[in-house]
Amino acid sequence: MNEFKIAQREASNVNVLELKGYLDAHTAPKLEEAFQTLLKTNRTNIVVNCKDLSYISSAGLGVFMAYIEDVRNKSGDIKLTNMSNKVYNVFDLLGFPLLYEIFKDESEAVKKFNDKK
Amino acid sequence: MKKQTLKIESKTEQLITVRNFVSQAAYASGFNDEDVSKIALAVDEACTNVIKHAYQYDAKKKITITVGDSNGNFEVSIVDSGKQFDPKRIKQPDMKEYLSSYRRGGLGVYLMKSLMDKVEYDIEPGKRNQVRLIKQLPR
Repeated sequence: MNEFKIAQREASNVNVLELKGYLDAHTAPKLEEAFQTLLKTNRTNIVVNCKDLSYISSAGLGVFMAYIEDVRNKSGDIKLTNMSNKVYNVFDLLGFPLLYEIFKDESEAVKKFNDKK
Repeated sequence: MKKQTLKIESKTEQLITVRNFVSQAAYASGFNDEDVSKIALAVDEACTNVIKHAYQYDAKKKITITVGDSNGNFEVSIVDSGKQFDPKRIKQPDMKEYLSSYRRGGLGVYLMKSLMDKVEYDIEPGKRNQVRLIKQLPR
């Protein structure tokens, strides 16, 4: 029950977090922990792949809000990719596309990080 | 649809049970996938607020969720007996300003209002708080 998983991998100096399942007030601390670990080790080029993310509530959105400033202060970014329409609609309702770069596919976000160098 | 009630312990791990309960009822009332998702999210937000703010994570407390159709509307009522809450103190945030200040929290009430047709509060100080989330039934 309440399944939420994060798989982490590196692709061309970019850290990819793959989210799977339901991100709500119960599971949001897991994502928080993942961001904290990346920040601590200065891995701040972060792509969050939402392909298998079935659900997000404001508790999940709040985690993105909590870390974006620290990540950008370290010259990194959090870019989001592969969202279902259902998940995108929630981000959109709160105006998140103004603050975060959202890509259709992970490879576009990875390329954007590497083009910057 | 006849009224149905679910009583849960005030724990975030119960949120999935709440969403499933409300989704089933909303489907039975004829809503499509998109509207069912909106209703389930709005109810999740309301229950999360109760767990965090009214009961401040005291898992011994109870939340009662009632769903049903009335006067052409689908209505979800969420009742708790925790710390009272003054809905007038919640300002509707200016999202642009909100996002640019990287604030966190307070998004739930904004989402509830955006996802439902009406959000009503009925507060009996010290006794009972009720939030009613209302959406017109599909024609």
